[in-house]
Amino acid sequence: MNKSKWFFTPVLIWLGLFLIVPMLIVVAMSFMQRDTLGNVVYSFSWEGYKTFWDSLYLGIYWDTIVLSITTTVICLVVSYPLAYYLANSSPRVQNWGLILITIPFWINFLIRTYAWVLLLRTQGVVNSLLIHFGWIDEPLQMLYTKGAVLLGMVYNFVPFMVLPLYVAIEQIDRRLLDAASDLGASRWKAFWHIALPQSKAGIMTGSVLVFVSTAGMFVVTDILGGSKSSMISNIIQAQFLGARNWPFGSALSVIFVLTSLVLIVLFSRVMKSRSDRTREGGKA
Amino acid sequence: MKKKGHPLLGIHSALMMIFIYVPIVLVMVYSFNNTRLSGDWKGFTLDWYVSLLKDRHVMEALTNSLIVAVVSTIAATLLGTISALSMRDIARKWRGPLNGVLYMPVIIPDIIMGLSLLVLFSQLHIPLGKSTVMIAHITFSMSYVYVVVNARLAGMGRQLEEAAQDLGATYWQTFRHVTLPQITPGIISGALIAFTLSLDDFMVSFFVAGPSSTTLPIYIYGQVKRGISPEINALCTLLILVSITLILLAQYVLNRGKGQKKNKMLPF
Repeated sequence: MNKSKWFFTPVLIWLGLFLIVPMLIVVAMSFMQRDTLGNVVYSFSWEGYKTFWDSLYLGIYWDTIVLSITTTVICLVVSYPLAYYLANSSPRVQNWGLILITIPFWINFLIRTYAWVLLLRTQGVVNSLLIHFGWIDEPLQMLYTKGAVLLGMVYNFVPFMVLPLYVAIEQIDRRLLDAASDLGASRWKAFWHIALPQSKAGIMTGSVLVFVSTAGMFVVTDILGGSKSSMISNIIQAQFLGARNWPFGSALSVIFVLTSLVLIVLFSRVMKSRSDRTREGGKA
Repeated sequence: MKKKGHPLLGIHSALMMIFIYVPIVLVMVYSFNNTRLSGDWKGFTLDWYVSLLKDRHVMEALTNSLIVAVVSTIAATLLGTISALSMRDIARKWRGPLNGVLYMPVIIPDIIMGLSLLVLFSQLHIPLGKSTVMIAHITFSMSYVYVVVNARLAGMGRQLEEAAQDLGATYWQTFRHVTLPQITPGIISGALIAFTLSLDDFMVSFFVAGPSSTTLPIYIYGQVKRGISPEINALCTLLILVSITLILLAQYVLNRGKGQKKNKMLPF
């Protein structure tokens, strides 16, 4: 029976060659520079990271973080009540709700983003309706704005938040909530002291998923934001497919991944200390 | 007593579902709208679907997508299944790290995976084309196959296999007649997921596709950047319907086995 472990070798070779090695090359390339023709020069250089300190790129970097955090917070706020409702519904509603939340995962985000072009453009559905009801006279410019980008991001990633939240809330021991309400706690108190702390694993997973996905999603800014808005991922994409400055693109990718990791660690620390405090508060 | 939540919760949930589904349904409805320009409803037509069939670029992208999806599904299913099976015989201390590596493609942002593969292919002087797209798709799909088959294996235990071997079955006989039949639903389901992922992928393909290997999502992206068109609505509608059908089928296959604990299809 034991010989079957050697079958793992081709898998390991595949993942090494097409997953690990490529990322190591990107890290190495981030410490190189390019010549005037766009070719990579194989010698050590901080050039890629130095370019990042240009105020233009720093500004875009900051915008990306703000947009990603805003998207995450909005997703969390609108998803929690939905996940809470689903987790407390009858099995039939739960099943259907879950199917409805899962289906968007399997619809191309390109299509889901494009759908908003139909809605938001000047002759689009929203403007037509607003004019039809006489609420506005002139069509509003909604497409190619920051608001459109934020809306597109929230729309794309709400399911990413709902599912982990649902899984976490569903596992909360109902008896605790019943006990709280028997002891006279208001719904709000029971939610704040029991449901919320106990669903923190779901909040964590959902937030990380939404944050990282938002930051990496250059298509939404591309399609809904027009040329005016861009994120770090748009710049990265342009370095590799347009401007041909691969060392700079690599440096930005390393910065992107490191930032995500740092924020994830910080966030999990905050979540942890918050729940510790609640637990101690409960004991007192 | 207060089992039901606040009534506002229900209203909020209904509104969220409307928010999620109105745009998608709208694309589908517009694909049947008999006008090229305005947003008003001008009657039902199938013209846009017909003109898709006549469009050479669409047909070429469709062919590319299907070739890539078929090849990468076969390879990813094989590699994913092998990973899940052999993982059981690997020493416990190695399982954690190997699991981590297998989960990486699910966790790494698509953009990073795409650009790092682009860099690798260019360093190895491999020209971009259908084969590079296939390699990329195999790499991320096999993780999903692994997750599904692994869940199936974890649910079945090893008693039957041990019994077969005690009764004198060889390793291959045990595999062929005991293990394989039990994990087949997982394998089929994993393959359907791999196929859907490949058909749907844009981000990774965008980096590693050459000019002659445009896939459907890449084609759609190019068109969407130019503005809206009824043909794109039709193409999107078809892609939505195919993806949903495949995924529901995968879910059905996975849960069909009697007595099996129901697996909820979580995409990660």
